Amino acid sequence: MSLNPTYKAYLVKFQPLIALFILCLLLSILSNKFMTVDNGWNVMRQISVNICISVGMTLVVLTGGIDLSVGSVLAFCGAIAAGLLKNGISVPSNNLFIGFTLLGAIVAGTLVGTLMGSFNGYTITKFKVPPFVATLAMLTIGRGLTMLYTNGFPISSLSSNFAYIGTGWFLGVPVPVWISGIIVAIAVIITNKTALGRYIYAIGGNANAARLSGINIKKITITVYSIAGALAAVGGIIVTSRLNSAQPNAGISYELDSIAAVVIGGTSLSGGKGTIMGTVLGAIIIGVLNNGLVLLNVSPFWQQVVKGGVILLAVIIDRANSKSE
Amino acid sequence: MSVLVAENITKKFSGVTALDAVNIELQSGKVTAIIGENGAGKSTLMKILSGVYPDYEGRILFKDTCVSFDNPREAQELGIAIIHQELNLIPYLSVTENVFLGRELINNWGMLDKTAMRAETQKLLQRLKLSIDPDTKIIDLKVGQQQIVEIAKALLTDAEVIIMDEPTSAISDSEVEALFAVINDLRSDNKAIAYISHKLDELFKIADNYIILRDGKTIESGEMQTISRQEIISKMVGRELHILQKSTVNKTDRPLLCVKNISLNHPENIERKLLNDICLNLHTGEVLGIFGLMGAGRTELLETIFGLHTTATGTVTINDKQTNFSCPADAIKSGIALVPEDRKKDGLILGLDVKSNISITTLNDLKSAGLLSDKKEYALADQYIGSLKIKTSSAKQTVKNLSGGNQQKVVLAKCLATKPAVLMLDEPTRGIDINAKNEIYKLILELAGKGMGIIMVSSELPEILAVSNRVVVMCEGKITAEIQAAEATESIIMKAAINQ
Repeated sequence: MSLNPTYKAYLVKFQPLIALFILCLLLSILSNKFMTVDNGWNVMRQISVNICISVGMTLVVLTGGIDLSVGSVLAFCGAIAAGLLKNGISVPSNNLFIGFTLLGAIVAGTLVGTLMGSFNGYTITKFKVPPFVATLAMLTIGRGLTMLYTNGFPISSLSSNFAYIGTGWFLGVPVPVWISGIIVAIAVIITNKTALGRYIYAIGGNANAARLSGINIKKITITVYSIAGALAAVGGIIVTSRLNSAQPNAGISYELDSIAAVVIGGTSLSGGKGTIMGTVLGAIIIGVLNNGLVLLNVSPFWQQVVKGGVILLAVIIDRANSKSE
Repeated sequence: MSVLVAENITKKFSGVTALDAVNIELQSGKVTAIIGENGAGKSTLMKILSGVYPDYEGRILFKDTCVSFDNPREAQELGIAIIHQELNLIPYLSVTENVFLGRELINNWGMLDKTAMRAETQKLLQRLKLSIDPDTKIIDLKVGQQQIVEIAKALLTDAEVIIMDEPTSAISDSEVEALFAVINDLRSDNKAIAYISHKLDELFKIADNYIILRDGKTIESGEMQTISRQEIISKMVGRELHILQKSTVNKTDRPLLCVKNISLNHPENIERKLLNDICLNLHTGEVLGIFGLMGAGRTELLETIFGLHTTATGTVTINDKQTNFSCPADAIKSGIALVPEDRKKDGLILGLDVKSNISITTLNDLKSAGLLSDKKEYALADQYIGSLKIKTSSAKQTVKNLSGGNQQKVVLAKCLATKPAVLMLDEPTRGIDINAKNEIYKLILELAGKGMGIIMVSSELPEILAVSNRVVVMCEGKITAEIQAAEATESIIMKAAINQ
């Protein structure tokens, strides 16, 4: 290779960004609807849910784990928030009724997500269940709980205030974009500037060494899965609000889109290496790709093939880079 | 006759020069010793000669023609075989299957010709005087026997050059004798052999020629008969060895660390005790050496003191405060630090940089306004890079790219950063070069001089004797002797270690 090593390092570092730029360039040539302000916000709004989930997923993957349950947690927490907002909790036998404000319902939904995440973390650390299996179980459990809670029917006709979260605008920017933006900002600070963040990388890089350095691995792992659960719940609330309805089958296969964003963003599935901003770029690439394929009238079946191909390509390029290091 | 000549070989790893214009010549019918400290570039050079690293500057001549290999297979086909330090055999396959791996013979039916392969393997084993059944699985062989199987593999490809990387590092003396007999046979078969080893005794026994490498450069080459042991050492190291001045122990009445009646059961076999009623004291400024053979329980003792074995019984008292550690974090808080035996597995996060590895134990003290402060982290890292003389391009260098000795210093740095009262070192100089070893000994004594209590576990007797004030010998989970350094000799210690 005659390429100057510094340039090459930059090229590798900004690879996802370059890919995104080329993708956007291509789409704006192929479709005159792509490079418009409306479409831009549209894409951003669509990917904000995936970004919320993927930020949590990135933290989990950095520790060397994986969270397959995010889609189900999203559905269950969305349903809980919607149900509490609409019906509250009533226990007729005791003549008890607890109503929920908008904020109350949102907090409750997020709390449930956190609990589900911490349960994942608990089974993984306490009983040494591999993360893949523990969260696979939670994927099924969460979906079942959603069906139980909703009886399999959507919970609809929620308040217009609630709809603001998913459909509203604030200072000229869609509210979900604000939410995901704030989450990303906090996560970037956590990963770069806090002990928690460093411990996450340390555990993913070498759990033995991390433990011998005095890091409480169980605590950090449970925290990370709890964060992933909470962020899935936030995603669930955004989805529910956007449709103004909690769908019992919301979020199916969202975990795969999320893992795809993490992987395209250059995070290693074996842990210890990766960044939040990489994942954000990964999510944007998937979002732009989805959007572009729709604008170009590509059949949904082909869309899936293309998406799969892009994931594969991203990982192959990543492998090639880490090999040449 | 020179069969393999390498000229001006230069190899860099991410900016760090591992080899700098190295020249080497291997002759048929001669054993050439490749001598040098860890990190001198021996293994890198051998990997280039055998096609593991296809990317380098300089040229290689094999029988006077210029060659270059894209992978080890190409080198093998030409007749250059390497026997790595870590053997590359597949444990659950038989000797025959391993010898023929990738070169299987096929019969007329397109199936594996097992009879022919078995017969061929038998012949090779006979030639190497290894009397084992070719159907034996590798896992059932001793390490020395496995090595001979590797050599059999090399002979099968008619290798003319055989490179052996630290072949005796894991085998017993009698196996070494057998290996040397094989090497002598290979020599009379006119093979060219490159032999890498740290053990000078061996080299004088087996080698005809030598090449000394230091810091990636060829320092000298010549015939083994013409050089003395002392000359080799000074050329490897390039400077005089220091004589160590031991610290004086501040014998107060109350010990700094007091370990009482520690016992630990084997996790699977309750009958067997890994640690049996261990009691010991450590004073401030004292270096306590713990010697024992494999399985004596030395590592387990340190781990138990460090809070890694929660099922252990007994008490650990530090500064008169009884402790009950349930995890390393507790031990660190009480002022105990552990430099683990296996730095790559337990000591370092190889993918992170030097700075992050050093600061990992004290992140909570390196904050400003609630967030980690880069400034404080770099200050801490630079402080230890300076005081421990860690050779690295910067604090941002990934630890993976450091040499063994420097990696060990990074582990030491992260332990020292916690300002421990008691520093426990488990085989602190394993696999690092003489220079780094000396620096670590000096450091240990310096720290003891400042009042730190130090426990050093080691399998190297000279090291134990050189550094310790007092020596405790363990055997099968028990303390079998406790000797003041002044009275300790290698034979006394060794007797206690085998409990006679």
